[in-house]
Amino acid sequence: MNRSQPLVLGIESSCDETGVGIVRGTDLLTNTVSSSMDEHVRFGGVIPEIASRAHLDAFVPTLQAALAEARVTLADIDAIAVTSGPGLAGALMVGVCAAKALAVATGKPLYAINHLVAHVGVGLLDARPGNALPAIALPENLGALLVSGGHTEILRIRSITDDVELLGSTIDDAAGEAYDKVARILGLGYPGGPAIDRIAREGNAKAIRFPRGLTQPKYMGTAEEPGRHRYDWSFSGLKTAVARCVEQFEAKGETVPVADIAAAFQEAVVDVITAKAVLACREHGLTNVLLGGGVAANSRLRQLTEQRCSAAGIRLHVPPLDLCTDNGAMVAALGAQLVMAGTEPSGIRFAPDSSMPVTTVSAPAAEPARSA
Amino acid sequence: MLILAIDTSAVASAALVSDDALEGIVGSFSTEDTRSHAEVLAPGIEALLADADVTGADIDAIVVGVGPGPFTGLRSGIATARTLAFAWDKPLHGLMSLDAVALEVAESTEAPTEFLVATDARRKEVYWARYTLQEGQLPKLVDGPHVGSAADLPDLPAYGAGAGLYSDVLRADPDFSSEQPDALYLGQFALARLASGEQLPDSTPLYLRESDAQVPGPRKRAL
Ligand SMILES: [Zn+2]
Repeated sequence: MNRSQPLVLGIESSCDETGVGIVRGTDLLTNTVSSSMDEHVRFGGVIPEIASRAHLDAFVPTLQAALAEARVTLADIDAIAVTSGPGLAGALMVGVCAAKALAVATGKPLYAINHLVAHVGVGLLDARPGNALPAIALPENLGALLVSGGHTEILRIRSITDDVELLGSTIDDAAGEAYDKVARILGLGYPGGPAIDRIAREGNAKAIRFPRGLTQPKYMGTAEEPGRHRYDWSFSGLKTAVARCVEQFEAKGETVPVADIAAAFQEAVVDVITAKAVLACREHGLTNVLLGGGVAANSRLRQLTEQRCSAAGIRLHVPPLDLCTDNGAMVAALGAQLVMAGTEPSGIRFAPDSSMPVTTVSAPAAEPARSA
Repeated sequence: MLILAIDTSAVASAALVSDDALEGIVGSFSTEDTRSHAEVLAPGIEALLADADVTGADIDAIVVGVGPGPFTGLRSGIATARTLAFAWDKPLHGLMSLDAVALEVAESTEAPTEFLVATDARRKEVYWARYTLQEGQLPKLVDGPHVGSAADLPDLPAYGAGAGLYSDVLRADPDFSSEQPDALYLGQFALARLASGEQLPDSTPLYLRESDAQVPGPRKRAL
């Protein structure tokens, strides 16, 4: 196998995007994505069974398109990487079974990859306009803030291949999920992120003050004696507060100030995300932060993250948006890093893990199952 | 002709069948478990090929059971089969999974001329289909597949794990009361149908049920 510039095919199916990406070392050859997002619109959120059905039908065509765009054949590939978790169990299953079948058919090594770490690994792809991270090596003292419909986390990355730590995460809804739910309350449609971002520009964010979850002293503690949720988030209380606010206007027979509520909600989300992320970085000596996940597209989140990072002397890196949302290129990118680091492949016996911890960058090879 | 058959509509199974081999069987495996398909299927197929000293290039076609069966398990077999067919550039066919049990019944000595096959659909329901059988012929699907309550099925001898599960309301054959669709019979069924010049269907899954998703109604306004 080519270990210095490995040709790696990455497969992503943890939520509603079927992604196949191909990289050569840190060079991106293709990032092919098929989304079932349109099928979820009428439900106002991702329906796991619909996403899984779409993955099954999209996988081979997406693979075919990716190989064609990268101008490589399966025989050329050095290794295969697949998202093994975290994510929706039924959706992960489709990508994992397809990846294993590719490994059986081609005899290539297979890496079962952590989706969250892959969001960081994508920052290592070079030659992309706007991609500020240097090739090959991640910067020193690196943190990653991941915000999407499925997750909200702050990570510390000492080594992308074997030392990743979860500093904080949401204890209930993901930020993107909160956007979807609030957009539904406000009648703004799905997906909620872009809809709220748009209308919030016309509103007054200070008109209403919504709660910032887990910011009371008992949860925060101090830097020396951190509370249990110092770097964690909670968005379910915020969603309830928005619903109650809307009901109060309706009960009084007044017009609901949708733009103001959207702006105030967005400000509450973005304020608490960036405040806690910057706090975690400062207290862990992290001087570089990578922003990933689909909510990285949110204009107010980007703005406030930039502002607060620069005030704290933290350098912010934001990959191009098509690499921030879920995709196969990020899986391939992390796979290539693992190959280059000499990490053992995962084999074909592992089980997808819908709650795979970030400390597991790639699943270790499983023992053969006992024969029944 | 060498066929790789895969079925994960209930348990996970795969088989290599050939019209050249003794009784058509080159090799096969199946699990008892109905919930670990993603772990066992690929290693099982890999071992099957290795034991038979067969590579992808030797295979003429792939056949996959398209259900009905629990969704996540069913998809693991279809995703595997579709990907193998693409990677090896081989034709892919889909067969209704209950056909596997029907063929097994047909090959038994006391097969009736008309019968049901039923498997567990969970949620207190069965997947089922009705077959007729004529001497020396393959079982013929005459109704189904359907999903429904066992109590509503036609009054006929019933075969398969779904019949065994609801033997209080079905005329379950005790010798077949835990039988699940097996890729071995599916492969043989496909081989026989292809030999007689039939076209086989594609690998579109037979879910029979919609996803559980509910379109949310309008939010209730406060009074
Ligand atoms: Zn993601």
